[in-house]
Amino acid sequence: MKQIMFIALLAASAAAAAATPQQLMQTYTELAARQAPGYQPSARRGAELYSRRFAVSDKMPACTACHTDSPVQPGQHAVTGKAIKPLAPRAEAARFSDPAKTEKWFRRNCTEVLGRECSAAEKADFVQFLAEGL
Amino acid sequence: MRTAKLSLLAVALILSTAARADRLPLPADAPPSFKAECGSCHLPYPPALLTAPDWKRVMARLDKHYGDNASLDEKTRRELEDFLVRHASARSRMAGEGDPPRLTASAWFRREHRQVPQALWRDARVKSASNCTACHSRAEQGSYRGREIALPELRD
Repeated sequence: MKQIMFIALLAASAAAAAATPQQLMQTYTELAARQAPGYQPSARRGAELYSRRFAVSDKMPACTACHTDSPVQPGQHAVTGKAIKPLAPRAEAARFSDPAKTEKWFRRNCTEVLGRECSAAEKADFVQFLAEGL
Repeated sequence: MRTAKLSLLAVALILSTAARADRLPLPADAPPSFKAECGSCHLPYPPALLTAPDWKRVMARLDKHYGDNASLDEKTRRELEDFLVRHASARSRMAGEGDPPRLTASAWFRREHRQVPQALWRDARVKSASNCTACHSRAEQGSYRGREIALPELRD
């Protein structure tokens, strides 16, 4: 059910073609508030998630393994060495402008780094931190 | 006269083989998902650098993709597998070793890179043999000429 609602919300935002990080954050916030009424996104919690060492994966123990300690800096893929553009939309405008792409990378990278999918609340916090900083 | 013709042919053949090794352009029928999916963590590798059975093995286990989860929806996975198989090499020296097979472990790749010192593969600028652009500065354009090599100590 949760999944269906999310897909509906995603489809609604995808219909508007490109999204802004703020719109994505709004979508995640609405979803999170359904599970925890009164939920508000927090850049501080997002920053904590960004820098926390989960150590589930050897080569990718934290987001910072590829994206560096600062999301406004360019990164490097921890396995392949490929250059990665900054993750923060403050530094790289195209970030978090495509809902389907955002969801794909949350699914892949949360599974890799945290060992599980991220919750809507975690995603809202994360986008808040990357879009607006602390 | 005949000998001259034959030796010209031989030279032409040698030159064309050399040119082939330098130029590995992206096939024109590459679906947009090739760059978007395969190209997001590494250079979208030229399909001719592995054989068809190799690509099938790679695409069968995207959830365990050289230590990373690279899973795709089935439609995209199928589209990419078809594309890779269509342009795969039929030569045995292009067969990758390992499970899933690595194109950096084919007889051809090893021979082409035999002059690269072992330590350079682990250099921070390179990090991994899969990082083509670390040395081949125009790899994204399909060009692998010796004079384009980014690391001065490797340039010929």
